[in-house]
Amino acid sequence: MSTVPRPWRTDMLTIHCPWCGPRDETEFSYGGEADIARPAAPDGLSDAAWADYLFMRTNPKGWHCEQWNHAHGCRRWFKAERHTVTYEIRVTWPMHREQP
Amino acid sequence: MQKYSIMSLARQALNGHRGWQPAWREAEPKRRYQVIVIGGGGHGLATAYYLARVHGITDVAVIEKGWIGGGNTGRNTTIVRSNYLWDASAALYEKSLQLWEGLSQDLNYNVMFSQRGVLNLGHTLQDMRDIRRRVNANRLNGIDGEVLDTQGVKRLVPFINTSPDARYPVLGASWQPRAGIARHDAVAWAYARAADALGVDIIENCEVTGIRRDSGRVTGVETSRGLIEADRVGAVVSGHAGVLADMAGFRLPLESHPLQALVSEPLKPILDTVVMSNAVHVYVSQSDKGELVIGAGIDAYTGYGNRGSFRTLEEFLAALIELYPIFSRLRMLRHWGGIVDTAPDASPIIGRTPVDGLFFNVGWGTGGFKATPGSGWVFAHTLATGQPHDINAPFSLERFHSGALVDEHGAAAVAH
Repeated sequence: MSTVPRPWRTDMLTIHCPWCGPRDETEFSYGGEADIARPAAPDGLSDAAWADYLFMRTNPKGWHCEQWNHAHGCRRWFKAERHTVTYEIRVTWPMHREQP
Repeated sequence: MQKYSIMSLARQALNGHRGWQPAWREAEPKRRYQVIVIGGGGHGLATAYYLARVHGITDVAVIEKGWIGGGNTGRNTTIVRSNYLWDASAALYEKSLQLWEGLSQDLNYNVMFSQRGVLNLGHTLQDMRDIRRRVNANRLNGIDGEVLDTQGVKRLVPFINTSPDARYPVLGASWQPRAGIARHDAVAWAYARAADALGVDIIENCEVTGIRRDSGRVTGVETSRGLIEADRVGAVVSGHAGVLADMAGFRLPLESHPLQALVSEPLKPILDTVVMSNAVHVYVSQSDKGELVIGAGIDAYTGYGNRGSFRTLEEFLAALIELYPIFSRLRMLRHWGGIVDTAPDASPIIGRTPVDGLFFNVGWGTGGFKATPGSGWVFAHTLATGQPHDINAPFSLERFHSGALVDEHGAAAVAH
C-alpha cells in the first residue's frame, strides 16, 4: 500500500443516504445549494432581492451545504456537507433535521 | 516583434534556429496601470489586444495566476461555431466567427483555424423540429446552416451508426459549413504575442488575492506580487468568477462544474468534420495529429476539482461507442477536466458590476473557446468606454433582475 495520501478520490463517490446507508453515486441526483429559503412576502420584494433568491448562488470553493435525492433508492431528499475541491462528503442528514 | 513568415523561417533554418526570440516579454508589474485585465486566458489576452489595437489603450496589464494558456484555454475541445438560436447570442458568436476567419493574418500567427463544418445531430422528432427552427433563425441572421437528413449525415461521416434500432437513432442534423476547430494553445500565444508587441504587460504567476475599493469604486488589485493600482479592472476568468466576486463583495448567478474531455491515440485520417450530439452529450473531432478529441457534458454536482467524474465518463463513452462502433477498440491517451462557470440561462455575463470601474466577463459555461475573439472585442470596448458594446448589452448582470434572460440552454438545445 502506498503511504502517499491521495489528495482526492478518482473513483465514483460513495454517498451515505441517511436511510439506506452508503450507496454508489449513480443512485443519486444532485439538488444544488441547500437552505435557500423562499421569501416570506414575495409581493413586497424588489427585483434585485427576487433575483438574489432565484439566481444568485454562494458557489464556494470549499465546504458546501447541499441537497441530494436518493433517486434510484428510497427517493427521499437529504442534505450533505461536501467539499467542492476534494469532493469529500463529511456528513449527511435528513432534510427536516438540524445539521449534526 | 519578430515577424513570422516563410522568409523568417528560411533565415532561421540557415542559422540553425538559434535566432528565435521569446514571443512575449517577461514583464514586472508596474505600480499603476490604466487598465488591469485579470486572467491570461484567450479571452483576457484578446481583450488586452483589442484594447491596444482598436482603442489605443496600451497602459494595460494582463495578470495571470498560472501561465499563459494553462487554464481552460488549453482544456477545451477547440470547436468554433456560431449557430445559436437567439439574436443576441447569434450576434456575439457570429462576430467572433468573423474575427476567427481573419485571425491568423491579423495576429501574424497560425492559429490553425480549420473550417471543416460542425454537425449537431438530432435523435428524436422534437430534436429535428428544434434543429429546423434553429437553422431558420440562423439564416435570418445571415449565418450559414442547412438541415440534413440521415443520408446527408452518412455522406459526411460514413462510419456513423445510423441503424434505426440504435438506442439514439440519427434522424438528421444541422450543418454549419463555416464552423470548425482551431489550435487552442496557439490562440493564447498569438494574442499574448500581439498584445505584448503593442506594449501590454503580460504578468504570469501573479494571483489576485483581493480587490481594492474606495467608496464603491475599484482602485486596484492585491496580488501575490504586491498591490497594483488601476483606473479600471476587467475580470476575465473561468472557474473562479464566484471567488473574485466574493472578493469584491457581491454574488453572481453562477455555479462552477467540472467539464471533462479526453484524447485518443493517434489514428489515420478518418473524421474530417466535427460531430456533436446534445442528447447523448458527446462530441468528437480529429486533431491534426490524428487524435480523436472527445468532449462530454458537465458533471451534475458543483466542484472545483479540475477532474471529471467517472459516472459522466462512463456515460459519454457509452454514447460514443453506440454512435461510432468502429471506435470501440480505441485506446485513450489523456483525460482531464476544467472548471466551467455556468449561468442559469447558459449565456455569459459581460459588463458592469455593482463596483464602479470593475467589469466582469465571466460565466461562459461550456462554450467559451469559440467566442474568444468576439468576447475580447466587445469587452475591450466595454473597458475602454465604460459602456457595453451593442453586442454585449443583452449579456449584462442586470438581466437577472429584469428577467430578460438569453435562454440558449433550454430554447436551442445545443451543446455549448
